[in-house]
Amino acid sequence: MNPSTVLASSTVGRSFGSLPWKIISYLIAAIVIIPILVIFTQWGTVGYGEQAIWQHLFNTKLDRLLLNTVVLLFGVGFGVTLLGVSLAWLCSVCDFPGRRVFEWALMLPLAIPAYVMAFVFLGMMNYAGPVQTALRGWFGQDVYFPNVQGSGAVIVVLSLVLYPYVYMLARSAFVAQGRQILDAGRILGKSYWQAFFRLAIPVARPAIVAGIALALMETLADFGAVSIFNYDTFTTAIYDAWYGLFNLAVAAQLASLLLLFVALMLVLEQKGRAQARYIQKSSRNLRPYQLRGGRALAASAYCTGIFLIAFALPFAQLVLWAMEIVAEEFNPRYWSFLFNTLGLGVIAALATTVFALMLAYVKRLPGAARERRWQGLAIRVSTLGYALPGSVLAVGIILSFTLLDQALVSAAREMFSLSIRPFLVGSLFALVLAYSTRFMAVAFAPVESGFERINPTVIEAAKSLGSSPGRVLRQVYVPLLRPGILTALIIVFVDVMKEMPATLIMRPFGWDTLAVRIYQMTAEGQWERAALPSVTLILLGLIPVILLIRSGRPAQI
Amino acid sequence: MIRYYVFFILSLILLQACSQDSPADAQQNNAGDQDSPRISPADAAITSPVIVYSSRQEHLIKPMFDRFTEETGIEVQYQTGEEGPLIARLQAEGEMTFADMLYTVDAGYLWTAADRGLLAPLESEVLQNNIPAHLRDPQGRWFGLSVRARTIVYARDRVEPSELSSYEALTEPRWQGRLCLRTSKEVYNMSLVATMIERHGEAAAQDIVEGWVANLAAPVFSSDNLVLEAIAAGQCDVGLVNSYYLGRKIAEDPEYPVALFWANQDSSGTHVNISGAGVTRHAQNPQGARRLIEWLSTQEPQEMFSELNLEYPANPEVMPTAIVRDWGSFNQDQINVEAAGRRQAEAVMLMDRADYR
Repeated sequence: MNPSTVLASSTVGRSFGSLPWKIISYLIAAIVIIPILVIFTQWGTVGYGEQAIWQHLFNTKLDRLLLNTVVLLFGVGFGVTLLGVSLAWLCSVCDFPGRRVFEWALMLPLAIPAYVMAFVFLGMMNYAGPVQTALRGWFGQDVYFPNVQGSGAVIVVLSLVLYPYVYMLARSAFVAQGRQILDAGRILGKSYWQAFFRLAIPVARPAIVAGIALALMETLADFGAVSIFNYDTFTTAIYDAWYGLFNLAVAAQLASLLLLFVALMLVLEQKGRAQARYIQKSSRNLRPYQLRGGRALAASAYCTGIFLIAFALPFAQLVLWAMEIVAEEFNPRYWSFLFNTLGLGVIAALATTVFALMLAYVKRLPGAARERRWQGLAIRVSTLGYALPGSVLAVGIILSFTLLDQALVSAAREMFSLSIRPFLVGSLFALVLAYSTRFMAVAFAPVESGFERINPTVIEAAKSLGSSPGRVLRQVYVPLLRPGILTALIIVFVDVMKEMPATLIMRPFGWDTLAVRIYQMTAEGQWERAALPSVTLILLGLIPVILLIRSGRPAQI
Repeated sequence: MIRYYVFFILSLILLQACSQDSPADAQQNNAGDQDSPRISPADAAITSPVIVYSSRQEHLIKPMFDRFTEETGIEVQYQTGEEGPLIARLQAEGEMTFADMLYTVDAGYLWTAADRGLLAPLESEVLQNNIPAHLRDPQGRWFGLSVRARTIVYARDRVEPSELSSYEALTEPRWQGRLCLRTSKEVYNMSLVATMIERHGEAAAQDIVEGWVANLAAPVFSSDNLVLEAIAAGQCDVGLVNSYYLGRKIAEDPEYPVALFWANQDSSGTHVNISGAGVTRHAQNPQGARRLIEWLSTQEPQEMFSELNLEYPANPEVMPTAIVRDWGSFNQDQINVEAAGRRQAEAVMLMDRADYR
């Protein structure tokens, strides 16, 4: 039962002044949704050329692409769940040597762009790379080695960079539920593992699923990593249609199918979760399970291994490359790349998180059933931007903002006989909104799963004491949501800094960021030259993590 | 919380105010700078900056634009990005666009931009003299400025140059399990196959592509660099790459075990693609853009193309840089590069059918 539907029928609910909140939230939703809807409008263009391309896709490679995509989704889904949940559990409920460090260190792979990881992996593992060369040296020319461009390799690489989404969300859920629930299970005579799978996991399910959904949406949107492996997916087909066949309409049509698929999955998950609700009891400060002996060693070794493979090794390789070129690459302009990147990251993270908070909150304000359904749909659509390949969304954004620009210019001309130039496209304002469109899902997931754990009685108490919606949000929700909000801020911050396609096309003239710099190097195949901006990007990604540690509350991330 | 909103909105406005170096502002700045002594009489009319949308990367264009500004006093602003979104933006902006000039690294994109009416024809004697006919649009909407040759490379120790002749001959059984290729998603391969369709017809071109696929030693790679490294490591013996990728390897290591062979010298000539530019249809400063393109076709910038990225000058009067000169001169395929754009979609579909991934 949704707490706010209860409220809607109560007298307290009716006197609750929520209209301004709704208006603002709907405005935000509209801004975020329009660029996504623009993609769907491309179905208006189905001429002879488009039909021929669709026919061609059916005849040649659509089945292979779909199979590849499904294999990738299952593989990455499995990989991130396994890594994310196990690491989150170890680092939140157990104690073992090094846990304090792993707690935050295991988030770091988030800062490594997927295509960088893919490039480093392929460079090390392919025929010409050090691993296979060494093997041939020891065992002769015909030594067997698995295909480094096959689905297995792509799944490993994407799982390694994407598991932090599951890790971060699952961890905040595990921290919130503590070991209490597990103890309850043990008292009821269940084994440790039974209690884990039957109790701890289901209770953390909304958070875990939200993390997996983020990882899978990013998998679907990924173009950089899969194209380094030349592994064809639905997304590469979108680019083929656009860049190869010069048909943006078919590209957008394919992209919209991708979105429908994602929306369907999200709805199914929601239905599967059905009415189950798990409410947070304050349960901090309970002693974690102290692991000893072999178990402690195994836990430390596991965390160390993942940290090495997912972060330390690729980072070390990047640092090596960066040192080779630091002298010629580094110049005073580099500082401006750095500040641009930081500034955009901070502003976009704040904006997107505030937007997400408002959207999640307005869902909880009283409203009629019909209104509620529309709200649900609008919120769903507004989070879809994350599953769109970046360049496709960038086009949606460009189209909607140029339309707005044109409207403003002609309005100024007709109403005030002013002659102005278009000013939205290529402005920072539009760029920040573009980031919000792209990363709404990333901010929404942790905020929403935080909301879901809040005990509705607390809120009802606040309302019955006469608090306004603004005050309830400020003084009750926000403090309770702190962990979720921090998670949202960090992930959006890091994601915005890594973002490339929208930044490239929307940035103001001459406003370069580190990601733009990386693109400029890699576009000509000079991966090594991109090492310095990559390393800098990763170091910047450490800042929020360090701030959290210094504020002394790593347990609440 | 309200405080935070206010802070946030204020900071946005501030950032906007500080950073928006909008072209309109720049125009005013430049207008105030009119009595700059550098401007020669011929350029006196061009006072506003030229704004370029470029898919060619900053480190390859900025040195040239800086020289241009030094010489003519005309400022150049540029927005770099991927071809697809840049062209989509140009199209969406319509007559309100900022761009005066579009610069891309492949004839196909220039052809598409021209095909959608985004580029204006340019009557220029300078360009007609400096740029050979097969490297520019027959209707004068875009002009090749540098030439990128895609040709055969081979392992020095395992292949005799006498065994090699043409792209077509790489389908022979003797190359079974010895050929490495880059993915068909790379535009360079699309344009190579497109010109083959233009020359041999679709059926014959498909036979050739299928022959290549049958000879592959490994799954196709995602970059020319990986192809070169695979040949150097012994995974395969021959491959197709753009010459400047090999040039970079040789610049790092003069003993690099891979060498270059000019394909099809006894027949059609080696396949070339271009980087090139055109003036946008709705340019605010078409004269400035025209000046820039014309200037880029002259001696000094043409040499810079070759030095900066080891490409070939489009202007046949200009000598390429040293590493490139070592490979000797070669005959270029004389089919107009426009065919690469016109037939690109056909080529992509053909490669799909041939299972060239």
